[in-house]
Amino acid sequence: MLSEEYLKAERSASWREELRKTIKTKDRIQLTRVVMSSVDPKVRSRNYQEVNMGLTAEQAVAEARRCLDCVNPTCITGCPVEINIPKFIKNIERGEFLEAAKTLKETSALPAVCGRVCPQEHQCEKQCFYVQKLNKPSVAIGHLERFAADYERESKNIAIPEIEIANGIKVAVIGSGPAGLSFAGDMAKKGFDVTVYEALHELGGVLRYGIPEFRLPNNIVKIEIEVLAKMGVKFMTNCIIGKTISHEDLLEMGFKGIFVGSGAGLPHFMHIPGENLNGVMSCNEYLTRVNLMDAANPESETPVWRGKNVAVIGGGNTAMDAVRTALRLGAEKAMIVYRRSEEEMPARLEEVHHAKEEGIEFFNLHNPLKYEGDEKGCVKRMLLQRMELGEPDSSGRRRPSPIEGDTVWMDVDQVIVSVGVSPNPLIPSTFKGLEITKWGTIVVNCDTMQSAQHEVYAGGDIVRGGATVILAMGDGRKAAKGMSEALLAK
Amino acid sequence: MNKIVGKEYLSEKIVKLEVEAPLIAKSRRAGHFVIVRIGEKGERIPYTIASSDIEKGTITLVIQLVGKSSQKICELQVGDYITDLVGPLGNATHIEKYGTVVCAGGGVGIAPMLPIIEAMSKAGNKVIAVLAARTKELVILEDQVREFANEVIVTTDDGSYGEKGLITDGVEKIIKREKVDLCVTIGPAVMMKFVALLTEKYKVPTMASLNTIMVDGTGMCGACRVTVAGETKFVCVDGPEFDAHKVDFDEMMIRLKAYK
Ligand SMILES: Cc1cc2nc3c(=O)[nH]c(=O)nc-3n(C[C@H](O)[C@H](O)[C@H](O)COP(=O)(O)OP(=O)(O)OC[C@H]3O[C@@H](n4cnc5c(N)ncnc54)[C@H](O)[C@@H]3O)c2cc1C
Ligand SMILES: Cc1cc2nc3c(=O)[nH]c(=O)nc-3n(C[C@H](O)[C@H](O)[C@H](O)COP(=O)(O)OP(=O)(O)OC[C@H]3O[C@@H](n4cnc5c(N)ncnc54)[C@H](O)[C@@H]3O)c2cc1C
Ligand code: FES
Repeated sequence: MLSEEYLKAERSASWREELRKTIKTKDRIQLTRVVMSSVDPKVRSRNYQEVNMGLTAEQAVAEARRCLDCVNPTCITGCPVEINIPKFIKNIERGEFLEAAKTLKETSALPAVCGRVCPQEHQCEKQCFYVQKLNKPSVAIGHLERFAADYERESKNIAIPEIEIANGIKVAVIGSGPAGLSFAGDMAKKGFDVTVYEALHELGGVLRYGIPEFRLPNNIVKIEIEVLAKMGVKFMTNCIIGKTISHEDLLEMGFKGIFVGSGAGLPHFMHIPGENLNGVMSCNEYLTRVNLMDAANPESETPVWRGKNVAVIGGGNTAMDAVRTALRLGAEKAMIVYRRSEEEMPARLEEVHHAKEEGIEFFNLHNPLKYEGDEKGCVKRMLLQRMELGEPDSSGRRRPSPIEGDTVWMDVDQVIVSVGVSPNPLIPSTFKGLEITKWGTIVVNCDTMQSAQHEVYAGGDIVRGGATVILAMGDGRKAAKGMSEALLAK
Repeated sequence: MNKIVGKEYLSEKIVKLEVEAPLIAKSRRAGHFVIVRIGEKGERIPYTIASSDIEKGTITLVIQLVGKSSQKICELQVGDYITDLVGPLGNATHIEKYGTVVCAGGGVGIAPMLPIIEAMSKAGNKVIAVLAARTKELVILEDQVREFANEVIVTTDDGSYGEKGLITDGVEKIIKREKVDLCVTIGPAVMMKFVALLTEKYKVPTMASLNTIMVDGTGMCGACRVTVAGETKFVCVDGPEFDAHKVDFDEMMIRLKAYK
């Protein structure tokens, strides 16, 4: 927790006092929220260009002026890593963009990523004074975060954080997703000798193989990883812990601490008839082929199914990414089939909005019952059950139930199943001494992220099941704190 | 990057490569496979580890030239590098003393059978190998198999070597002759299907090692899924070996054509 005194002291810095006086609150609240420009939906839905174009410096400063620099900045309570939001925004207002980026990096390892993919409408922006008290659109915190981080990167002035004197203690990181990367960065800063092991041939976890280029350009992740490498973090790709190297091997190699950030990469299927027909695939397979293997590029040797009538089953970010990818790969009709209504969709609001702009069709309150194939074993049509919403379930979302007898056939030549993921079982099944839940997640102490096996810490999706980038990153930081304290106390 | 340190043609279209991979050489067991990628635009393709040399830190792959990707790897020369190599993947073969074990390998399936023959023999089993191929040229690794197998039967479709006939003829001959406790089969899907049908008739427990399409090989994508006893399984993490009598080979054959 950021202490109240600290926030107060920061807020009473003279530059902030003065800045507050430059515009009256009643004038600030009259300003309208900035709209980030995006590429024309007709153009972008046929290429891989990033959809959002970012804010200009003028736009960013204008938006930063809306922030009231509240005495009690509730926005911070909505941020899983407690970014000092007013401080970074006020730095933008006064034109100190690099300072703003530095503020972000005090608590967030990957601000350029989070500015793009965080569900801000459920986090910081939801707690913003404008939403809570004025019934107005919140300050565009996410857009501003992205602006500051992009400004720093594009200025080629990326600050390489200061590193404490090497302490010679070796720690291993399993997985190079946001949890592993943020852990690695913090430990390197504290002087540890850090090696990251990644099973795939590229680094970044879901940021690399899952989230598409049009939403999170690979280059952004690459540059963040280069910074870590400059800080002395070693990376080893094509190395599966539990297969190539065992838990015991790591200990023998002299690693004193191990952080598990192996994610939740196991795709669920619905186990309905016809799901193994050709043309029916998991979202992970589809996105991995396109993002990791670059299958949309004619030069790439990896093939990918390019349907004309593509249905994506599910309503999360993964589903939105897949359906919009299908459009870019030439689908004439790309649809979301979701068993609840739009209100319950777990996807980020912006993604749903962008998907609609691009012409994605939504079949909400529909659920597939079975698929049928042609004589070659390729999917041809699917039977959908119409649903209605009942009482809220344990997740607080209204429970969907079938409307008896109300079914409809739909022609499809590709189906992408995006109905959730489970934790990767390899570490839970090969590491001794861990406590595992019935969902396959690793049990940790939620303050230190230490597992039941004393030298093993864990965070991100392997602890939470499918969650978010920012939570994974926050876990990595907490684990770094927990592990470094434990190791240095020895 | 993994360096190629040895290359040999076992036949015109079958290449044996020895590749530097010290960590994998140390941790692999019979039945494991690796995934390779050649070049920055290359696809990820699985190959079984035929053998390894822990001291030299190398593993051996035996690859049949079929299409584009196998051609690329077959064209590599000693001194060249494999861009990416990851493993060992899959579950190791369950090795124990069963009694008499028939190992039925067809075509390039003989290569992945080799470490199983060796391990089964070392576990005290009587091992009878049935090696099948279209023609004499394609019967590979016979000498290495003979080193560990108690008996070797060779069948060729055209009769150019060994007995004329199919792999099932060789297997049936043994089953009729003596009690077989386990049959292991590796080869083209259609071949495994017929071996399974045959051994089911004689109630001989049979394991098949499945060679489906894969991407990551770590359970992340489901490209490799097959139906076994009515349930969907992922070959890369649940297999690659399954009870052959329960595998839906027809579905598997259709799925193998997904990108042809
Ligand atoms: C398509 C898609 C879109 C998403 N969109 C959003 C979004 O917009 N906003 C948001 O906040 N979240 C989003 N998420 C969720 C978010 O990406 C995840 O919550 C987050 O990436 C979890 O981070 P992690 O570090 O725990 O794991 P991951 O990112 O999954 O990384 C784990 C890494 O560990 C590697 N690994 C696994 N096992 C081993 C092993 N044994 N040895 C070595 N390496 C191993 C894996 O290969 C992988 O690279 C999305 C997820 C997907 C799939
Ligand atoms: C566990 C396992 C072990 C194997 N071991 C061996 C071995 O030891 N020796 C051997 O010669 N072969 C082995 N195979 C088969 C091998 O992986 C390829 O299928 C084979 O080399 C043909 O590839 P190709 O691209 O040359 O040709 P084609 O058969 O013409 O393939 C055409 C296209 O289909 C796709 N494709 C075909 N097979 C695969 C695959 N398995 N994974 C991903 N995509 C695929 C690719 O996009 C490919 O370009 C194994 C397969 C598995 C699953
Ligand atoms: S190859 Fe991806 S899950 Fe098996």
